[in-house]
Amino acid sequence: MTTTLHPAEPAVQAPAAARGGGDGTADTAARGTRKVFFLTILAAASALFLYPFVWLVVASLKPRDRTFADPFLPWPRPFAPGNYAAVFEAAPVLTWLVNSLVVGIAAALAVTLSSAFVAFGFAYFRFPGRGLLFGSVLATMMLPGAVTLVPTYLIWNSVGLTGTQVPLWAANLFGSAFYIFLLRQFLLGVPRYVFEAARVDGASYFDLFWRIALPLSRPALIIAFIFELKASWFELMKPLIYLQDPGLYTLPRGLKAIVDTFYQGGDPKWEIVLAASVITTLPLMVIFFIGQRYFVEGIATTGRRG
Amino acid sequence: MTTAAPAGRRVRRLRPETRWAYIFMVPWLVGLLVFQLGPMIASLALSFADYDLISAPRFTGLDNYARMLEDDKVARAVGNTALYTALHVPLAVVLALVLALVLNRITGRAAGAFRTIFYLPSMTPYVAVGVLFLFLLNGQAGMVNDFLALFGISGPQWTTDPDWILPGIVLMSLWNLGSTTIILFAALRNVPRELAEAAMIDGAGPWQRFRSVTLPMISSALFFVVIINTITSLQMFDQVYTMFFGNQIAQQSSGDAALFYVVYLFQQAFQFLHMGYASALAWLLFLVIAVITLIQVKVGNRLVYYEAEEHAG
Repeated sequence: MTTTLHPAEPAVQAPAAARGGGDGTADTAARGTRKVFFLTILAAASALFLYPFVWLVVASLKPRDRTFADPFLPWPRPFAPGNYAAVFEAAPVLTWLVNSLVVGIAAALAVTLSSAFVAFGFAYFRFPGRGLLFGSVLATMMLPGAVTLVPTYLIWNSVGLTGTQVPLWAANLFGSAFYIFLLRQFLLGVPRYVFEAARVDGASYFDLFWRIALPLSRPALIIAFIFELKASWFELMKPLIYLQDPGLYTLPRGLKAIVDTFYQGGDPKWEIVLAASVITTLPLMVIFFIGQRYFVEGIATTGRRG
Repeated sequence: MTTAAPAGRRVRRLRPETRWAYIFMVPWLVGLLVFQLGPMIASLALSFADYDLISAPRFTGLDNYARMLEDDKVARAVGNTALYTALHVPLAVVLALVLALVLNRITGRAAGAFRTIFYLPSMTPYVAVGVLFLFLLNGQAGMVNDFLALFGISGPQWTTDPDWILPGIVLMSLWNLGSTTIILFAALRNVPRELAEAAMIDGAGPWQRFRSVTLPMISSALFFVVIINTITSLQMFDQVYTMFFGNQIAQQSSGDAALFYVVYLFQQAFQFLHMGYASALAWLLFLVIAVITLIQVKVGNRLVYYEAEEHAG
């Protein structure tokens, strides 16, 4: 990052000097003031974006009657880490965490591999109907999920899979328009002679996909994988529709159950709601910091809302 | 095989390749039929019927659509969703643009760090966002009102006063500006510096440079985030459902002030098992989104400046 940014700095200086007519010191001072001004704005905005997290974590570590006390104190007083033990007693949070991981990885793996498979087909072959089929990929990107909500439920119901976690990931086995598009664009950038050389050496078309296209599109595959993992980790509506047994809940569905039980009513247990929210959020934060580069790249280059 | 005429060999050489091409299309084709086209047609058919999962679907013609016109809750849900979209989209895009412009004025590691901070809220699952803002927007003791109190403002009952629930939801939505900011920031990065410099030498002030150079150069990204934000706003569900639905007490205290369109669709389908009516609601949403997208694309084509190479690519 820094290596690409620093060479730009002289370019900023040049017109300033041209305008100032030689006397550099006044301009430098003005630039310094401006920079302080911009940094102040960004710092203030950062505080607004970050403070809700601070509040959440701090409040989750306080006893219930202090939840709303000292809202601007950035550490818990008094410190009550026992809230987290209480969450695991109040609800099968660990099971939900494992469920979310299993469903998330299944969903992400399924969509990444199947989308890459189809994307390779679009990128490598010329065949009758390709334009029409690719048009269908683009068209379904606009399709709001709400339209197919009811019939999709009826499909899973008719094969007896409602009440299981299968509907949460199995549709991903058939690729997803957005990732097919992303991976195809990526594969189009691979020089064709790479594939042709392998063909001459006797590789099958499946080999081309498995041994050449997949390894070469690693960065795009990682983007697809972590985007889908995140989407799956966010998903609330599907678990609401398909899961009845609390033992099968994913974390967001479980957190919703905790809110419904403990936030309101005669005996609110806010500390449990707050600690469960932290537990739901934390794993994604870890994934984000590991794969940050890919997130930012993915959003910036594809325009996908994260 | 090897003895075939050259022309025949050519045909035979193409065929396996085409066959393989279609093999690679199989997952997409199956998915398209089973999870996209099939369900779309099924939901259109269901929208003309009564179906409760128990007895067989019964054809009722346009009854579901007629009922939508008379359903006060539909009117309320449409109104809430439209108002939310009308507030959220301009506010979110303008604020994200301001942040992106300021980010673009600083260099080095700091810009990357701030970008990460702005994106962090977008890594918070919507259920957790809903929970967090139930606390932050709490009328008696929430942090938002504590903050307002510092300026001598006594804040409203964001989560219980029907007049303030929607503004509270808009406020919550502005916490998630990260991806919009990143897209606009990336677009600003691509504006060639020489253009702004040339305008500067020609004597253009900051506002003029922004209006005549920066804005046209990022117009396609700007246009894109408006479309995406609009479409996602119209489908708002998770946060609102977490905060105001799913249990009796929450639902009673908020009334219909937080009734969004997809929330109502969800209730009709999976709480009341009105599968036909829910399908009709879904088709209305689909048509609205399709029309908005078309209008935005048409208007966009006139307003957006595309670089020539974008067409070539």
